Amino acid sequence: MPTLPGVHLKDEIAKISNRLMELGRGRQPDKASWEKVELARHPKRPYTLDYIEHMFPGFIELKGDRLFADDPAIVGGLAAYQGRTIMVIGHQKGRDLPSRTYRNFGMPKPEGYRKAQRLMRLADKFHIPVLTLVDTPGAFPGVAAEERGQGSAIATSLMCMAKLQVPTVAVIIGEGGSGGALALALADRVMMLENSIYSVITPEACAAILWRDSSEAQQAATSLKLTSADLEELEVVDEVLPEPRGGAHKDYAGAARILKEALEDSLRELETVSPLQRKKERFEKYRRMGVWREEGLTLF
Amino acid sequence: MANKVSVDISHRGPNGSIKGGESCPSCKELLTSEELESNLRVCHHCGHHLRVSARQRVAQLADEGTWNELAPHLRSADPLEFFDVRLYGDRIDEAESETGLNEAIVTGTARIHKMDVVLAVMEFGFMGGSMGSVVGEKFWRAAEAAIENRYPLLVFSASGGARMQEGILSLLQMAKTTCAVELLGEARIPFVSVLTHPTTGGVLASFATLADVIVAEPGSLLCFSGPRVIEQTIKEKLPEDFGRAESNMAHGQVDIIIPRNELKDRLVQILGMLEGGVACALEPLWEEKARPAGRGGAFAEALDRVKAIANAPWRAFKGRDREDQ
Repeated sequence: MPTLPGVHLKDEIAKISNRLMELGRGRQPDKASWEKVELARHPKRPYTLDYIEHMFPGFIELKGDRLFADDPAIVGGLAAYQGRTIMVIGHQKGRDLPSRTYRNFGMPKPEGYRKAQRLMRLADKFHIPVLTLVDTPGAFPGVAAEERGQGSAIATSLMCMAKLQVPTVAVIIGEGGSGGALALALADRVMMLENSIYSVITPEACAAILWRDSSEAQQAATSLKLTSADLEELEVVDEVLPEPRGGAHKDYAGAARILKEALEDSLRELETVSPLQRKKERFEKYRRMGVWREEGLTLF
Repeated sequence: MANKVSVDISHRGPNGSIKGGESCPSCKELLTSEELESNLRVCHHCGHHLRVSARQRVAQLADEGTWNELAPHLRSADPLEFFDVRLYGDRIDEAESETGLNEAIVTGTARIHKMDVVLAVMEFGFMGGSMGSVVGEKFWRAAEAAIENRYPLLVFSASGGARMQEGILSLLQMAKTTCAVELLGEARIPFVSVLTHPTTGGVLASFATLADVIVAEPGSLLCFSGPRVIEQTIKEKLPEDFGRAESNMAHGQVDIIIPRNELKDRLVQILGMLEGGVACALEPLWEEKARPAGRGGAFAEALDRVKAIANAPWRAFKGRDREDQ
């Protein structure tokens, strides 16, 4: 098609032809995916400290990264659990405007990830298993956060979790937003609550980049395959935990009970394995992540 | 993650180049292809480092005829059957025809100034250098090759972040590559990462910043969140030097900035030093520069012979080490 230099209709044509194709295949934005996104972000959904309150009555919060500051978007500390100690670390959001601002909407800065790392190293030293609860829209995008090394804080957090000798369990309890979520989720067992999501990018940002239109977020949510059922199918999570009737926000105690049982089962399995073997299995699991083709074959 | 990195193309033709050359994105001077090639694609007016493709980078670094590509047949699948305005498969095909590569990273073994290395170079031209399953797998295999052969690993990154079209699987490549770096660490294999323009998102937040030594090219944009995302969040215009290599170094995030014309020599020196000093003990870098080009001359040959003798016990030791495992 003859066009003026600099005038690119290719994207527009592709957009229309794909839309036609989607219609032909009946590929409509799937309402169920978007419902999960909204449930995962539900303002009444239990957050890390709510689970801690119900699961670990003797929780002692330890603050600060011993380098720069304390980041209230990540909380962590020691808890007594079935005759032993457990290190609990998780993203924390706020409920009302002041606490939301205080918690920075659950978006950690480098000091948050560095606090998590020092707590994990502490746990490792005393053979304390680590439980992480993941619930963040993503790591905070800001100038100061960049200057303090947001990228390297996430990378070293991943490395810290990869190295741990103790059993690690991660549960995605709400929003699993991109690298900011994964930084606390490189674990031996990764579980997801039924109505949580886990994605490489928020559907809004994905729509803004690929569709150049953030109102296509529902479509993006469908395409990204971010629901717990999708992720179980992709073998990214080990187990999906059912939520109480109507969702976790209707019954905090019930949700905490389910989480506690799952934690118990996971730890029982993980603790029968030697630290070296556990690390080996962890590495094998992540080595398998991804789908590619080699010389025409599709391999897992 | 997956941030868009703005590229100023206003002064370029439809395929990004001007006939017979390019104009410098920084000072706008017109540069001919020959000028660019002879100066390693650095503008000789203002010193701006223009983007280098993965193939060009390999050619700039590897000794002639020593490049041996690893896993050249790995290609992306479409595990999510992802659909946006275009099919993922079409985007891949287009990127393949534009770059002549089948993924956003090429990996291989090569010799650089006669030093054996495993070299991995990312290609920003391939879907913004985004990391999907194939990038993660190729990185893993490169690390494995480095461990097996006991060669150091040298990685050039250039990436807009994770590949959205592979969804969560691309995010998990951050975990996968991190595990690969840990394996390198356990085997005490030196790993040097060179951050080139631009390195952002999930690549910056995984293997690229986990190296033993982090090198940056001058002027490269290195940040986790892209400038546009941050501008939208804080509703302010960012300073010109935001996230640039120089600013990253001032904030302690980068070990060293090396201009491209010194890169090859200095990288070999750094890798040699990390190997325990043995490989470079007899090779003072600055004298080497004074040598005749192409490491010719009787002196260089004699030096290589001495080096080979000096290194022999070390090589033997490393060989034994391998058998033990």
